[in-house]
Amino acid sequence: MGPLSTKAFLIIGAAKMLMIFVGWLTAVAGVTLAERKIAAWIQDRSGPNRVGPWGLFQPIADGLKNFLKEEVRPAGSSRWVFYLAPVISMFPAMVVFAVIPIAAPLPTRWGTVNMIVADLPIGILYILAIASLGVYGLVLGGWSSNSKYSFLGGVRASAQMISYEVALGLSLVPILMVAGNVTLPQLVSQQQDALWYILPLMVGYLFLTASYFAETNRLPFDMPEAESELVAGFHTEYSAMKFAMFMLAEYANMVTAAALMATLFFGGWDIPFWSGDNMTLAADGSVAGAAPAWWKTTLTGLCFAAKTGFFILVFIWVRWTVPRFRYDQVMSLGWKVLIPMEVVYVALLGGAMLYLDYLGIPFGTRYALYLTALNVVLMLVIVFVVDRNRIILGAGWRQTRPQRVKSEWIEYADRRQDSR
Amino acid sequence: MLREYVPVLMIFAASLGVAVIMVVGSQILSNRRPTPVKSEPYESGMPPIGDTRERFAVKYYVVAMLFLLFDVEVVILFTWGIVFKSLGLFGYVTILIFLLLLVVGLLYEWRKGALEWER
Repeated sequence: MGPLSTKAFLIIGAAKMLMIFVGWLTAVAGVTLAERKIAAWIQDRSGPNRVGPWGLFQPIADGLKNFLKEEVRPAGSSRWVFYLAPVISMFPAMVVFAVIPIAAPLPTRWGTVNMIVADLPIGILYILAIASLGVYGLVLGGWSSNSKYSFLGGVRASAQMISYEVALGLSLVPILMVAGNVTLPQLVSQQQDALWYILPLMVGYLFLTASYFAETNRLPFDMPEAESELVAGFHTEYSAMKFAMFMLAEYANMVTAAALMATLFFGGWDIPFWSGDNMTLAADGSVAGAAPAWWKTTLTGLCFAAKTGFFILVFIWVRWTVPRFRYDQVMSLGWKVLIPMEVVYVALLGGAMLYLDYLGIPFGTRYALYLTALNVVLMLVIVFVVDRNRIILGAGWRQTRPQRVKSEWIEYADRRQDSR
Repeated sequence: MLREYVPVLMIFAASLGVAVIMVVGSQILSNRRPTPVKSEPYESGMPPIGDTRERFAVKYYVVAMLFLLFDVEVVILFTWGIVFKSLGLFGYVTILIFLLLLVVGLLYEWRKGALEWER
């Protein structure tokens, strides 16, 4: 069967777009509830449990409440920028997932349909380009509020997000090197053919996770909000629906980040250890590999949702486990640790890949396993040699010291006891 | 293919629509009774002192400048990474020299103290 006709493409495209868009918004609303529920479980309390069974309708109630609440615009704020900032913040968060494939191609009467809003040839570059617009919402929101807390949150947000954008971009370079293209469906099918990139590019995943936590302003890097220092950071002065829009944008970014982690490193919608879903849709509408079927699309869709859900859980879990970094620690982690290490990693990986080519090993499982060995070695080097609780002067650093301090204290106390 | 961009335009329209409806809808639905005290910017309950839009630390500008430099370099690395396999050894050595320059630049900034926040 050939490619879809233009009319069918437009109608199916609109239907897919609406379906995925609404599904995505529902997922984001669900995540706001999941965050509160999981936080409650981690802190041993019930969480929202009044609206509907297990508080399931809480997001709807929140949305209604936010619509009806009084909005306060602080005196001296720049009116239009103040109204525009939540829109600018929410727009990129909602459109960025358009290039992420959510399931295996679906066969229909009019041709095989790719389960993705738009299979753009620029793929990852689109995500980076659109996601980096999100910083404008934060900065303009902070600047226009005419409040010092908002202002500080805004400038912090700008510096942090642009710093980690460099780190995020560099952490994607290894994937481009191995894959040789930027469209996400291609990445998925390559991971099906060889190995999930989490194994051959383990260290890259470490960098990507760190950068994405900073990019989405989640704890341990939520400096733009930092409620113990800046009240609520850039959205201190925002109330009712505009506040909710900033929150929605944050959660939408988080869902996108989780979906990207699943797609780039964990095979996207690929079901592990099953070759029945190894299919690729070519531009001319023909399918290579296994035959598409509606139940395969459903299963792979569920698999993708499960993977994304897992990474969302990790985001929430980290938020309620790890304390916040200091601002200078965040910045030095980005510039002094992540960027130099990523540059070295790109250089080492390039050398290793050239050597594998020189040995004449074709791209495939064996190739990926050699890269995996390299990455395991690098991972061990990072954890036990480079870091050694030294680079990030955080909790780990202090944990190694009190032992010594404590014994000195005990000796000191003993001596005092003796002299008395 | 160019027609792949049409759904992107659709989703742009849908997202902008939702965002604008949220702002405008809450404008219409919410009741508002502003008072002078209520619309003061929040400053921990005290009357606000001075202006917000004052001078702030120059470090943020330095970071923005560094970002411009390094982001351009990341863009070059993207294009290199995609064609890495076909460029082979020549491309690798070229990019190593490029990365060396990048790292030297970073070390210079580092030694100059552009990356220090506690001073």
